[in-house]
Amino acid sequence: MTSTSIVTPPPTTASGRVDSPRPKRRGLNRPSPAGRAVKYALLLLFLLIVLMPAYVLIVTSFKSGREIGVNGQWSLPTEWTLASWTKAWTALQPSFLRTFELAIPVALISSLLGSANGFVLSRWRFPGADVVFTLILFGMFIPYQAVMIPLRQIVQSAGLPPGIPTLIVVHCIYGIPICTLIFRNYYATIVPVELIEAGRVDGAGLLRTFSSIILPISVPGFVVTVIWQFTSAWNDYLFAIFLSNTSNGPITIALNALAGAQSPDYAASMAGALIASLPTLFVYIVLGRWFIGGLMAGSVKS
Amino acid sequence: MTTSSATLPPAPGSRRRRRRSAPGGVRRWGPGLLLLSPSLILLAVFVYGLIAWTARLSLTDQHTAIRSGSVVGLKNYVDLFVNDINGRFTHSLKNLLIFTVVFMVGALVMGLIWALILERGLPGEGVFRAVYLFPMAVSFVASGVVWRWLMNSGTGEQAGGLNRIFHDLHLGFLENPWWTDPQWGMAAMAVPAIWQLAGYVMALFLAGFRGIPPELREAAQVDGATTYQMYRHVLFPQLTPTALSVLIILGHMSMKMFDLIMSVSGAQWITEVPAVYVWQTLLTSDYAKAAAISVVLLLLVAVVIVPYLVYNNRVERRS
Repeated sequence: MTSTSIVTPPPTTASGRVDSPRPKRRGLNRPSPAGRAVKYALLLLFLLIVLMPAYVLIVTSFKSGREIGVNGQWSLPTEWTLASWTKAWTALQPSFLRTFELAIPVALISSLLGSANGFVLSRWRFPGADVVFTLILFGMFIPYQAVMIPLRQIVQSAGLPPGIPTLIVVHCIYGIPICTLIFRNYYATIVPVELIEAGRVDGAGLLRTFSSIILPISVPGFVVTVIWQFTSAWNDYLFAIFLSNTSNGPITIALNALAGAQSPDYAASMAGALIASLPTLFVYIVLGRWFIGGLMAGSVKS
Repeated sequence: MTTSSATLPPAPGSRRRRRRSAPGGVRRWGPGLLLLSPSLILLAVFVYGLIAWTARLSLTDQHTAIRSGSVVGLKNYVDLFVNDINGRFTHSLKNLLIFTVVFMVGALVMGLIWALILERGLPGEGVFRAVYLFPMAVSFVASGVVWRWLMNSGTGEQAGGLNRIFHDLHLGFLENPWWTDPQWGMAAMAVPAIWQLAGYVMALFLAGFRGIPPELREAAQVDGATTYQMYRHVLFPQLTPTALSVLIILGHMSMKMFDLIMSVSGAQWITEVPAVYVWQTLLTSDYAKAAAISVVLLLLVAVVIVPYLVYNNRVERRS
């Protein structure tokens, strides 16, 4: 960092360079005011674009049926009403609760499985562990259509109750790869080999090591996988449409039924979309840091 | 890993050490394999077993729910490519291609622009990042509701959604039929997908930028590199692994795209892709055909994913 005082970055943007020719050697990483203004203008523009669908959702959901014509589509409601929210809630409420019954067990069970697997694959390895790990990972990339036809037959002939119980089992199984990946990367960075070895010298077996050394330091990993699996199970539509129906399925099925009609009630659909998104948005806003942790793990590398 | 002695469990990526500790090794690593085995069995059955089952099914003539089929070889595949009514399958592949190209380019460019603006850090950065990424937390089914409204195909006085805005701003030339256009409709279908995933691409690239040692930038600046030169010759080469991950993730997501299309357009001919076609075929209980489409879809994904996983495995072993 000795060079800091004498080196300057060139202005950040092309326009910045044109607007403000300046001597080239000044503080490190100090963009010109013009450059910064351009940056903020762009950022705000993109912000508006990204938020535009959210604006439409919220505004439309508070409009009454009469107001959803072609005119004034983008304007605020002249009279704010909760009628559409009530209608949407009535339609979605049973599946809303069912989806909690689905997503919470899925999040917990697959995290536990992932933690055990990740521990073995990073710190209690066996010959061929790398190959096995790669074979496990493949399971998270497959298009699930490739297993769906026999899967339907299997869960039916296994006598699993249709709907939520079936979906719990299925999400847990197909969640194993991502949870294993997250925990393997986590343990590989956080748990020193020496710690495991010290336990082994003291005669601690695998389960002992796992429960008394690994699990207590696994909380951050669990937060990431629980959020990830909760969100995946909550937002899933593919498994849901193949393995459940509107009377026993999760919220995505109910929402699609509400919104998918030929001439949908847009106000109620959008209120419904907001209701269906509230839990995951809540998780994102409150636990955003860990949410992103799961996203990063999705790119395989730690 | 240089500190580990011969008694340690094999460290990740050290094949030589593993072989050396092999004698009497089963007692060491056996319990680990045992703990892993429930998951392994489940995945062996539910991933590989069921794929094999689907593949087997695709070679039969089980075109109804009742009859159990006999093997007809690759006939179902040939039928898909050659004999499908109105070229339905090739049409779905064409749709998938258009969607994939627009979606990947769009999300990549958008995410990279955001990452480039934000990577040096500036006040309020966290807010922008959080907003750009928030669509990732929403399901395609929920966002499909609003995108269906936004991409209203009406124009002129009947314009709705985005077309209404274009109309009111006297940008009539921008009004378009969106996904209902028979030729390029799938390009419009990619717009919501870009909206949903560009933030994710940004997050991946930001992580990539943050992983570059600051010394590299400083060295480039000491050498008098312009900003453009620094990005082009110093920073971008460092981001190659990130870019590869991004392309793989976007690519395989694109090929599996199902929820979004089902919720924006429903299962319609005009926006049909193989993932939707499988579903439509199953509704008619044509199991063999649905299986054949699934296998083609799986192969498309595998062609991208398998080399990536193998490459990733190698890189990790080397490090």
